[in-house]
Amino acid sequence: MTRKSGGGRFLWGAFAAALLLPLAAGLGAAHAAGDPFLPLAATNFDIEAQGVEALATSGNPRAAAVIGALRDGNLFAWKWPRPNPPLYIRTTKGFVDARTGMAVANPPVSVNLRRVIVNDSVRAAIETAEGALGLFAKATADRRKAAEALFQSANPGALPLIRRALKAETDAGVARVLREAEAAALLKSNSGSDRARIAAVKRLAERSDLSARNLLASLHNQKPAITAAIATAIHAIDYRLKLWGLLENVYYGISLGAVLLLAAAGLAITFGVMDVINMAHGEMVMIGAYTTFVVQQLIAASLPALNGFGLLFAVPAAFLVAGGIGVVVERTLIRFLYGRPLETLLATWGLSLILQQAVRSIFGATNQDVTSPAWMSGSLQLGGLVLTINRLWIILFAVLVLGALMATLRWGGLGRSIRAVMQNRSMAAVMGIRTPWIDALTFGLGSGIAGIAGVALSQIDNVSPNLGQNYIVDSFIVVVVGGVGNLWGTLFGAMLVGIVDKFVEPFEGAVLAKILVLAFLILFIQRRPQGLFPLKGRAAEA
Amino acid sequence: MRLDGGAIATLACLLGGAALLAIFNLAIAAGSALHVPSFVVSIVGKYLCYAILALAVDLVWGYAGILTLGHAAFFALGGYAMGMYLMREIGARGVYANPTLPDFMVFIGWNKLPWYWYGSEHFLFALILVVLVPGILAFVFGWFAFRSRVSGVYLSIITQALTYALMLAFFRNDMGFGGNNGMTDFKDIIGFPLDKETTSVGLMLATAVILSLAYLLARATTRSRFGKVLIAVRDAEPRTRFLGYRPESYKLVVWTLSAVIAGIGGALYVPQVGIINPSEFAPANSIEAVIWVAVGGRGTLSGAILGAVLVNLGKTWLTSALPDVWLFAIGGLFILVTLFLPRGLIGLFSGRGSTTAERGRQSAASEAVMREAAE
Repeated sequence: MTRKSGGGRFLWGAFAAALLLPLAAGLGAAHAAGDPFLPLAATNFDIEAQGVEALATSGNPRAAAVIGALRDGNLFAWKWPRPNPPLYIRTTKGFVDARTGMAVANPPVSVNLRRVIVNDSVRAAIETAEGALGLFAKATADRRKAAEALFQSANPGALPLIRRALKAETDAGVARVLREAEAAALLKSNSGSDRARIAAVKRLAERSDLSARNLLASLHNQKPAITAAIATAIHAIDYRLKLWGLLENVYYGISLGAVLLLAAAGLAITFGVMDVINMAHGEMVMIGAYTTFVVQQLIAASLPALNGFGLLFAVPAAFLVAGGIGVVVERTLIRFLYGRPLETLLATWGLSLILQQAVRSIFGATNQDVTSPAWMSGSLQLGGLVLTINRLWIILFAVLVLGALMATLRWGGLGRSIRAVMQNRSMAAVMGIRTPWIDALTFGLGSGIAGIAGVALSQIDNVSPNLGQNYIVDSFIVVVVGGVGNLWGTLFGAMLVGIVDKFVEPFEGAVLAKILVLAFLILFIQRRPQGLFPLKGRAAEA
Repeated sequence: MRLDGGAIATLACLLGGAALLAIFNLAIAAGSALHVPSFVVSIVGKYLCYAILALAVDLVWGYAGILTLGHAAFFALGGYAMGMYLMREIGARGVYANPTLPDFMVFIGWNKLPWYWYGSEHFLFALILVVLVPGILAFVFGWFAFRSRVSGVYLSIITQALTYALMLAFFRNDMGFGGNNGMTDFKDIIGFPLDKETTSVGLMLATAVILSLAYLLARATTRSRFGKVLIAVRDAEPRTRFLGYRPESYKLVVWTLSAVIAGIGGALYVPQVGIINPSEFAPANSIEAVIWVAVGGRGTLSGAILGAVLVNLGKTWLTSALPDVWLFAIGGLFILVTLFLPRGLIGLFSGRGSTTAERGRQSAASEAVMREAAE
């Protein structure tokens, strides 16, 4: 801290520094006073770094070009001691004068020049400087980024620059960040009236994030009134941070819940409606993820123009592939085992081993690289919340899938038949429904939904043959908690398990969270074996 | 208790085979064609431990209808209890030469033995733990589960959740059981060095004897009056309850007994393979134990032993000869056995009528038909 504020004090008089530096470097020349470019010609890295910062905040129109040249190693200085040494920038068309940007009339001989070299501290100074220069960039996002960087560095030397930028700023959002940067710089500078400083503390309190809190906490030896204001501000920030943290946990919980919901929705059909324990359900999810991978490869190979939309094609493809496998499995395996749930469990476990090994033999045991399209990456800032876009898409996607599934069951022709067979198999058969065919389609539907879940999971998890195994236990928990044969219950169960998991995690660690959820499940099944939302009436008896 | 032909054959195969193996290993010189190498002895010892686990699974699945997907948890707990003793036997011979603390505790910076390790240096105390830890866990778990009438697939799922939770817990370093790496580098057991041939032969023989005793115990249990009620519970639980029995008590007793047998199997397993780690709790292990029983023949006891040995023989051969095929093979076995061999290999050979398990299934099926008709 002391090192930084020492540097800050130095920069506070940026122009004075430029005046003094040549003396320190032994280059002393009276008429060099006020030349912000001079420190760049120094052979001392510290002077060079301070010179970069001073130049950036000086507002000199050539600053950006010179600093850029320095970064790229295109800045050259006169090699021999001489007053007011010239600086040149090497361009593709020859040397130009760094100070004016004009072409040099008689080009210098290279033997008289030395490249201005940089070390890590100069490189860091260049980075800060380019950030500050961004304050006057055209794009609002760039200006915002630069203002944010200035806030983070809380550099008192940048105060004049910030104030100038504030005057020119038109965008309200950027102006707000600039004012926060101004407040931070002011507080760090130990200058300004008490009223101005208290106002600055309040401004930081309004910002309410961790960096504002850290900055406030780093201020020592203040006047009592200001210390009191700081304490209040830190308290307020802590409170708000806790609130945001709570919301963030809810968001993470919902996003985990959405993943679980996707994985469990298919299971709710096969387990809930058909009473078939499908241990290979996780492998259907895994197959969906691999289908996504294959579809992306195919599109990249044949229609590169559609690269960003591979996922849109992957959704129906995964549904068809996993659903098709489901129908085949039902016809060749499951149908011989109806009414024998324990045997079904063993047989589908065997099936899951075969599917895993098959995928491992075809694609190899290593993780496959499924790319995320641009419209799914990045994050969204909402107050103190950072929401990652891909998680948001998955939440939305989960809601859509659940909605589509419910609509199919409620209004679709297939859904009507499925419900009829579930409620009364013999009566449905008498009414002309081909129950074996409905069984196959129901199992296919459940598996297809699992495949769709795989498309979503391929975006947030490793696509490996073991993908499904990570979700199968959780999915069963969700279906069991929610109550068998009830999609609303599945939604509730998924959100409950997801949010509980994320709330326990920060206190007890991920592993203990999982153990607690499992212990909870064991107790829960014993209390309410039918789930939270048991089916009522005759269907409950079967 | 009278032994019938099948039981005598089983015992003869077990004890005779083990004795022959011991003779061919120790009495015949290493150069001879008849010599059995030591690694075969320890592999057979391992199979016999698996057979004890299979026997325990068959006791609850074959006779009480509880499909357990978590029995490996009891097996591993017994193994950990034995591992604690073996760890303490190392004493100052460990890498850190600490006379009381096992190496892994020194490594994570502990300077005091946690309370649950007290007394683990005594072999007898370890034997008590081997019985008590799985037994008490099974009793508590069963007491809750059976009293609230959790049954069928729900019970299966929570047994799986149980072993999964234990696996996660044992992976943690601060559990004090070696975390990820578990316990290994054992030196000797009650003074016999584990790397000597005679020790591994002795352990193999002990396993064979204990397996035989467990078989006799399980056989006596299932043929007794108690066993008859148990089978009645398996085939028609409500009906048994209406007749005035308390199915939960019968299930609880057999469940706890089975867990203790599994724990003893695990305790014998650890000195023979020389390591115990949390992966023994993996749900896949428990499910594999179920398939051993299914292959041999559910509800036959001797079938469980046969299945455990045969499937593991196949596993040892396939995983070294054709590693990629193993999962296809075991997966296919699951499917084929459930579809085509509901009575297992034993059922294939003893062709007389249906076994009790088969009859049970038929009566359950007819009951379901009747219920549906009634609706």
